[in-house]
Amino acid sequence: MVSDKPIERSRVNNRRRFLADTARITCGVAIFGLALGLYSKQGRSLPATALRPPGALSEEDFLGACVRCGQCVRDCPYPTLGLAELGGEVTVGTPFFTAREAPCEMCEDIPCIAACPTGALDPGVTDIDDARMGLAVLVDEENCLAFLGLRCEVCYRVCPLIGKAITLEHQRNPRAGMLARFLPTVHSDRCTGCGKCEETCVLDEAAIKVFPIELAKGKRGSHYRLGWGEKQKAGKPRVSGIIEPPSRRPEARL
Amino acid sequence: MTISRRDFIKTNAALAAAAAVGVTLPAGESALAADDGIRWDKGVCRFCGTGCGELIGVRNDKIVAVQGDPDSPVNKGLNCIKGYFLAKIMYGKDRLTKPLLRMKNGKFDKNGEFAPVSWDQAFDIMAEKWTAAIKKNGPTSIGMFGSGQWTIFEGYAAVKLMKAGLGSNNIDPNARHCMASAVGAFMRAFALDEPMGCYDDLEHADAFVLWGSNMAEMHPILYSRMANTRLTKPGCEVHVMSTFRHRNFDLSDNDIIFTPQTDLVIANYIANYIIQNGAVNKEFMDKHINVNKTTTDIGYGLRPGHPLQKKAKNPNKGKFTKISFDEYAKLVSEYTLEKASKMSGVAPEKLERLAKLYADPNKKVVSFWTMGCNQHTRGVWMNGLIYNIHFLVGKISEPGNGPFSLTGQPSACGTAREVGTFAHRLPADLVVKKEGHRKVAEKIWNIPPGVIPPKPGFHAVLQNRKLKDGKLNAYWVMCTNNLQAAPNMNEEGYPGYRNPKNFIVVSDPYPTVTAMAADLILPTAMWMEKEGAYGNAERRTQFWRQQVSSPGESQSDMWQIVEFSKRLKVDDIWPADVLAKKPEHKGKTLYEVLFANGQVNKFPLSELQPGFQNDESHDFGFYVQKGLFEEYRRFQFEGPKKGHEMAPFETYHKNRGMRWPVIDGKETMWRYREDYDPHVKKGEGVRFYGRKDGRANLIFAPYEPPAESPDKEYDLWLVTGRVLEHWHSGTMTRRVPELYRAFPNAKVYMNPADARARELRCGDEVKLQTRRGELLTRIETRGRNKPPEGMVFIPFFDASQLVNKLTLDATDPLSKEADFKKCACRVVEA
Amino acid sequence: MSTNLHPGREATAEKGWLAAHKWLLLRRASQLFVIGLFLVGPLTGFWFAKGSLAASMILNTLPLSDPFIMAQSFLAGHVPQTTALVGAAIVIAFYMLVGGRVYCSWVCPVNIVTDTAQWLRRRMDIEGGVRYSRRTRYWVMAMTLVVAFTTGTIAWELVNPVTVIFRGLVFGLVFGMGVAWVVVLAVFLLDLFVGNRAWCGHLCPVGAFYSLLGRTSLLRVKTGRREACDDCMDCFAVCPEPHVITPALRGADRGAGPVILALNCTNCGRCIDVCAPNVFTFTTRFDDKVDSHARPQSTVLSREVA
Repeated sequence: MVSDKPIERSRVNNRRRFLADTARITCGVAIFGLALGLYSKQGRSLPATALRPPGALSEEDFLGACVRCGQCVRDCPYPTLGLAELGGEVTVGTPFFTAREAPCEMCEDIPCIAACPTGALDPGVTDIDDARMGLAVLVDEENCLAFLGLRCEVCYRVCPLIGKAITLEHQRNPRAGMLARFLPTVHSDRCTGCGKCEETCVLDEAAIKVFPIELAKGKRGSHYRLGWGEKQKAGKPRVSGIIEPPSRRPEARL
Repeated sequence: MTISRRDFIKTNAALAAAAAVGVTLPAGESALAADDGIRWDKGVCRFCGTGCGELIGVRNDKIVAVQGDPDSPVNKGLNCIKGYFLAKIMYGKDRLTKPLLRMKNGKFDKNGEFAPVSWDQAFDIMAEKWTAAIKKNGPTSIGMFGSGQWTIFEGYAAVKLMKAGLGSNNIDPNARHCMASAVGAFMRAFALDEPMGCYDDLEHADAFVLWGSNMAEMHPILYSRMANTRLTKPGCEVHVMSTFRHRNFDLSDNDIIFTPQTDLVIANYIANYIIQNGAVNKEFMDKHINVNKTTTDIGYGLRPGHPLQKKAKNPNKGKFTKISFDEYAKLVSEYTLEKASKMSGVAPEKLERLAKLYADPNKKVVSFWTMGCNQHTRGVWMNGLIYNIHFLVGKISEPGNGPFSLTGQPSACGTAREVGTFAHRLPADLVVKKEGHRKVAEKIWNIPPGVIPPKPGFHAVLQNRKLKDGKLNAYWVMCTNNLQAAPNMNEEGYPGYRNPKNFIVVSDPYPTVTAMAADLILPTAMWMEKEGAYGNAERRTQFWRQQVSSPGESQSDMWQIVEFSKRLKVDDIWPADVLAKKPEHKGKTLYEVLFANGQVNKFPLSELQPGFQNDESHDFGFYVQKGLFEEYRRFQFEGPKKGHEMAPFETYHKNRGMRWPVIDGKETMWRYREDYDPHVKKGEGVRFYGRKDGRANLIFAPYEPPAESPDKEYDLWLVTGRVLEHWHSGTMTRRVPELYRAFPNAKVYMNPADARARELRCGDEVKLQTRRGELLTRIETRGRNKPPEGMVFIPFFDASQLVNKLTLDATDPLSKEADFKKCACRVVEA
Repeated sequence: MSTNLHPGREATAEKGWLAAHKWLLLRRASQLFVIGLFLVGPLTGFWFAKGSLAASMILNTLPLSDPFIMAQSFLAGHVPQTTALVGAAIVIAFYMLVGGRVYCSWVCPVNIVTDTAQWLRRRMDIEGGVRYSRRTRYWVMAMTLVVAFTTGTIAWELVNPVTVIFRGLVFGLVFGMGVAWVVVLAVFLLDLFVGNRAWCGHLCPVGAFYSLLGRTSLLRVKTGRREACDDCMDCFAVCPEPHVITPALRGADRGAGPVILALNCTNCGRCIDVCAPNVFTFTTRFDDKVDSHARPQSTVLSREVA
């Protein structure tokens, strides 16, 4: 195997080989990098059924922050959190839960956040009520038993923030006449997205579902403001000094 | 080759059903077979006392669908979440299909393992044990524990077997845990049981007052009707009283959370307010009401040796004496606003607002209550105090005005109360104590005088005590899960069941906690697997036909009762001198005397509705349900008490139920009121005809403390109850996967401040302890129930957390109903 | 090459099987022990080590974290919390001491896979395959960092066989590994058919990163008795990075020291096992004197003793 050719030639050969090798490696690695980059882009959007643990950074930041160590999963006292497996829809190795199967039980001490070494789960979330894992949406009013007038409202009664995150709007039931309807209504300012409602919905396919907030919420254009909201925020009319001119009315005689 | 009876009937039913599709049946009787091959027929919900109408869809001998009956006057086609899952309750994987006897080496052994036996073997050993017990210790040594979930026919067959056949009054229903205080108060005030109003009050009233009732969860459909009135009627208000905050407060205009037991104070304060403010309806009071006061210091229904019981001056005394109105006014005058507010912990303005509502002559008020008032050591008093308020202002027995006690079970009224499956009662409000009443029963039943003992039998709580003491030796539990549901199971129930002196039989569709503690388990057909009838809280009697076969060898409770009677001979049971008075019964079996007696068996099979099964009737050879019902009706017409009349049997198969009294084919919506109630004559206006003088009793009762209150050692109130998703002990609803998932396990609801003080967090596993036992559970500081500081609430549906190991078996001394709402407990880290 | 079908045969004959496999066995024990540490928790409830190779907590007090993943996370735009940084510092310090690629040979579960592939490759006499430079791994490593920076995600962790397999073992409790088995198989086939030591020796960016940590490592292998070498080539056959041996073993003439100082020596000790004349020993990097005296008698002695 040992070459006995002149050193000069072997050096030239070596240089050639070096250049060829380098080109090959550069190409190969570039293709690898491109593929990896594209793959990572694809895996970035969370499927609608997967929810991140409480305190998770926004999905984009989370994927840069979570090292997939699984310590949050280990410290979750319920069978809620799991690590995404290879071949699944969720970025492999990252923690998530599926509300329908096992929702977040909203531990007061939030052990998953405490376990996170990197801050992918934001340690600034100290009250579990401030967590925003997702947002419950009553997706199917046509099949929701409460909308049909049945006394179900299981989602409401299992809600850890009953009366706050989900309230019941009392309504007449026009069809049945003498009965009322109790419509579960989600309030996004309080809903933590724990998923208890989706888990326990008694329908074969849940009528209330928890989605990642980006999917669940609409967004108004910034070019329009709600007049009443602005007035309330300011505590006074946004434009001051406008007067109400008197109108002529019969009562004015009084 | 043999073809089994069941196969034969199935084949016949299928043939008949097929024929029915093409054949026009008389209108109103036809079961419509829709295009999808589902046969629909009317039924009634299996769960609470509301009595929602259902349509039952059957295909291939299986219930494949259920719908709320859109034309039902009760529920207008709607259901609660339990009703939504009715189609699934009979198909739990662990249905019992064979009798199971504890055996060792092929023979019965109290400590043996359950092994399947034939019905013959099962009845043989039962007959042996029953006859032996009667021979040895007399008929007080046998007993039966029944149910407000029995059909009317089953309850009637049971009471007849026990009282007319076996000569024992030891039959009591689980309704004792539920409605007995209401019954006691009805009888004391009106001498006739059950509410005067009906569900139409929900639309007629201007205001509702809930005295210890979480209708939002326990009577979901009635709550929906109440909410509709609240939403649509201007000025309508709802006042909610409870010892803790629950879902009913969603609809509340006046939240009243009072210290346990001080409802007695609040009720007396309201009466005082009415008198002080001149709001008494003098005319009504003078014409229709007698004023009385009750005996006080009556103890707590505990064993006589219990210190509390010894301390009481007049234990178990229910006597009341007539007083003048002024005396009454003086008695309630001590219940001032100040005192009421101080004792109850409720802000005075809230109490005053409530009192004003009752006093306002322009507001129609309905008072509703359930277990808050009934499961109460002064339950009869408490029920009575609510009547007192309605009497004072004359707001009773008219649309939108009246006190209305709601029932918890589908036939607590229809079966337990009306049929009289209580230890002290006979059908149609008769009682065993009165000789005249016994005579009527003995005549209708054609049995010799002296068979029915004059002394009331053992009530529910006493039965468990007597089992433990070895005084009750042959015991049959049907259609209820009493070991899980009765108070103090650690000290009374369980040792009673496992007492080697006793033989315990449990009939149930599922292996319940009670069944597993028995010696013999009988597999039972349930709900639509038999023809049945339930009576709901508004006196509505509803019938259904058998829709499907029951699995395996299971048989209905009624079949079991009637079939068992074939094994017993009157000569072995009745004393010779009693039997001598009816020598024609000599040598007969109880079956021949009670059922195949020319009266119960007089309706032939040809009267059965074609296309439907009726397993029991085919087995006995006569239309057994009809025979029993028509005999029961004789009590309503031939007895000394009028006002319980029901329509003939067939009528109920054709309609959606009728509210008794049914006279001239018409139902009664409001009792005791002229033009509504046929028993009140023209010009009388109102007549409480349960008593000869036509008057009702206002009975003053004071505040007396509860049996057990929190102290240093056990520092919290323990309140038990239910949740919407599960019914009672959960034997049906916990077998529906969706309902199980909705509320899998019981948890203890606690005030967050109490949890913090114990360094506990929501979701922590804890031990809940009382002087009688402990259980492992988890803490819930959020969620549907919010107890005030110093109180916890836990539901009892969970067989894995037997809450009644903890409860105290203190009862109302008059109604003998246990107080499941008040005892002392503590919560410690597990 | 036929002798290399069974490298170490001579050593086994000379020293006995156990002594000829001592370091291999110790390494396997170490690799399994690491997995075992993480399995104790889920199996018994006593959490000795919690997490995975990416980051873990030992006995609920000592944090450890993978500096390579931390570097990617940092480039992806996240500044890890103190816990993770402390963990990374501990790990860096450790490997700077014992040799960066000790991670590869004593900890990484993939090593078992690739060693097996290598063993089978030898047994089946599979030769050839794709040849590319061992420097490739540094390019791959650089690329993972670039991708982390450009995508803002720790993209490499999507495919990293090291953590995928380790997570599979620890979170799937070995049998519930699921798709992670496919990764095991892929690496195995890669090493078996595509190229000799293709993964660990050429491509793995994790190994590349750790090799850089080993620049100053104290612990080293020394060809202390290189004069006793009988050129049997067994060490080259078993060495995952055979190029690291030559400078030390054959460098006496050029005045090179006997200590193997190359970054990519994994300190696996397999060369020590398979060398019948006991040329190799573990030592420190400072033990690198060029010694000119051969001591043949001691060779004989040690052979006799063994």
